[in-house]
Amino acid sequence: MFDVLEKKILAPGVKLIKVSAPIIAKKSLPGQFVILRVTENGERIPLTIADKDKEKGTITIVFQEVGKTTKLLGRLEENDKILDLVGPLGNPTEIDNFGTVIGVGGGVGIAALYPILKALKETGNYVISIIGGRSRDYVIFKDEIEKISDEIYITTDDGSLGRKGFVSDVLKEILDSDKEIDRIWAVGPTIMMKVVSDVTRPFHISTIVSLNPIMVDGTGMCGGCRVTVGGKNKFTCIDGPEFDGHLVDFDELLLRLRTYKEEETLALKLFEEREGEEIGSF
Amino acid sequence: MVVSKLKTSSPEQSVEVRIKNFEEVALGYTEDLALQEAQRCLQCKDAPCIKGCPVNIDIPGFIKLIRERNYNGAIKKIKETNNLPATTGRVCPQETQCEAVCTLKKVGEPVAIGRLERFVADYELNKGIEIPEIKTKVNKKVAVVGSGPAGLTVAGDLAKLGLEVSILEAFHEPGGVLIYGIPEFRLPKRIVRAEVEYIRKLGVKIYTDVIIGKTVTIDELLKEYDAIFIGAGAGAPQFLDIPGENLIGIYSANEFLTRVNLMKAYKFPEYDTPIKIGKVIGVIGGGNVAMDAARTALRLGAKEVNVLYRRTEKEMPARYEEVVHAKEEGIKFKFLVSPVRFIGDEKGHVTGIELQRMTLGEPDESGRQRPVTIPGSNFIFPLDMVIVAVGTVPNPLISRATTDLFINKNGTIIIDESTGKTSKDRVFAGGDIVSGSATVISAMGAGKIAAKNIYELLLVR
Repeated sequence: MFDVLEKKILAPGVKLIKVSAPIIAKKSLPGQFVILRVTENGERIPLTIADKDKEKGTITIVFQEVGKTTKLLGRLEENDKILDLVGPLGNPTEIDNFGTVIGVGGGVGIAALYPILKALKETGNYVISIIGGRSRDYVIFKDEIEKISDEIYITTDDGSLGRKGFVSDVLKEILDSDKEIDRIWAVGPTIMMKVVSDVTRPFHISTIVSLNPIMVDGTGMCGGCRVTVGGKNKFTCIDGPEFDGHLVDFDELLLRLRTYKEEETLALKLFEEREGEEIGSF
Repeated sequence: MVVSKLKTSSPEQSVEVRIKNFEEVALGYTEDLALQEAQRCLQCKDAPCIKGCPVNIDIPGFIKLIRERNYNGAIKKIKETNNLPATTGRVCPQETQCEAVCTLKKVGEPVAIGRLERFVADYELNKGIEIPEIKTKVNKKVAVVGSGPAGLTVAGDLAKLGLEVSILEAFHEPGGVLIYGIPEFRLPKRIVRAEVEYIRKLGVKIYTDVIIGKTVTIDELLKEYDAIFIGAGAGAPQFLDIPGENLIGIYSANEFLTRVNLMKAYKFPEYDTPIKIGKVIGVIGGGNVAMDAARTALRLGAKEVNVLYRRTEKEMPARYEEVVHAKEEGIKFKFLVSPVRFIGDEKGHVTGIELQRMTLGEPDESGRQRPVTIPGSNFIFPLDMVIVAVGTVPNPLISRATTDLFINKNGTIIIDESTGKTSKDRVFAGGDIVSGSATVISAMGAGKIAAKNIYELLLVR
């Protein structure tokens, strides 16, 4: 059992929790994730570690409520418990002084990008951040990212904060400006990572993406998270989660992410109906 | 009294009923049936059956006690060498081990040793497990990595000898392959839980949600423990490496069975983990896991389940009893076919498999005739779900994160077979992580050897 020590609502349906997990806090490095299960009947889902506090023994998880499991997780309050939590999983990000790097983050991916950029900044890189969301409310971790960035650009779909448009638009402009860029990270919705990889491909700049496919165990046991990278089959959990974006077959991944669409919709509907009844009975 | 040439048959759920549920197929002997079968044992002085058993159970000894209706004595006799009798009584391939060398086989069928073992194990579970008194305490700590058959055996044996044992399990529930792999209808989870509970009551501490190589490393454990046993199994699924393998609807047997068994996807939406079941299913492979996957898919509502195997029925590694059960249940078998590629639709769903016909050629290293392709024999077999059950290899997480641990090319840990010792000081290993995918009982046999040698090492030190 893992205690939820702190909870914050970052945006509508986007929540942050700090969970007591001393060993994982001690061990985890940027780019790694955990798998958790909220209840006995629950499924196991992977979530990126957004931050950690070795002294307090906590890890920070940021998630968007999209299905039943993330909604259940979102219902947890301080002092509630998460039944199972394992990690840190996946390979850590390769951190080095590359020179000038760009971090592109979208939605909750911004939180997952944060520890990577923080480590890159601490290693002496010139860090350019491009973060975006649907509207101003959804641009999370803005202050944290700003603190560790040499330049920061913000986009929103509706123009309510920063520039109206997509993160990839700003990225393209920077690349077109002939500025020397040594490496790029993109963390966010799969479609965003695909677009970013397409934008950077003609510039031949190494582009690292952090994939988030369907997983069960997270230890290389099931192969459910397999993706085609450079024509070869890779397990995201133990070979990733970061891969060269120019080699990832995003179209295949996008299709595979839809595998359980119907079941996910049904589970959510039943959950919300039941919740409605419970509220109604008061 | 005339002894029957045939085994006393064991009651089973009827086919029509069982294909619609996940309840156990074999119902086990009643007391009368067990007594009747026990009478068949010749009580051979040289007892070839004992040598045929990887954990050397005193088989004539426990059968004699059954005859005397001393079932407590019988289960105690078994537990002298076997910590998981309700499991092995159900899933052991007795026909290639103890029963294969039974003297009665010369004139008819061997004694149904497995069924008798299960009878007394279930007898004890029903009345409540007796925990042996552990007299001596040894002030030594041992960590066991993995809670499958090898790990539970090592932990149980060392705990009985008075050592302080901790099991570290990656999943949220202990049992390893007994929990995530073998289906409910062959090995009910309540049985596994009861066996795990017995190990716990021997004083073993079990920590779940600990991934060795990630959460903690072997090198770190060595600072806290006097010795380590690695019994993490062969958990990584092999795929076919042919085009189209990532289409939706293609599962590794590990994923399919883990979703259904461990995560209880067969109870979706009561349980949150989903599974998608096709109408026409192809299961690729011919081992026990292929049989488990095929029979599970059938119970989940598939219209037609086809086992696709590249050799013939004779070469199938699956237990005979499992193949018989699968056939009774209507599983279809297509032999001498090998997959070439998968075909899918625009939504990325699998819609068919291209197979080529095979013929048997010269024997290979395993002694089985090697399948050879027949050129120009390719054909398309339409289906909408595939389960790939062509074996597993060890998970690389432990070996990647451990210094000085020698492994083979296929990822298995190299040990001294007679002691279970690895290349690393104070570290032992056994089970599928050493042998590659094998049986529950062979993992337990390896566990017994390692336990004995860990004990000796720690007492000398």
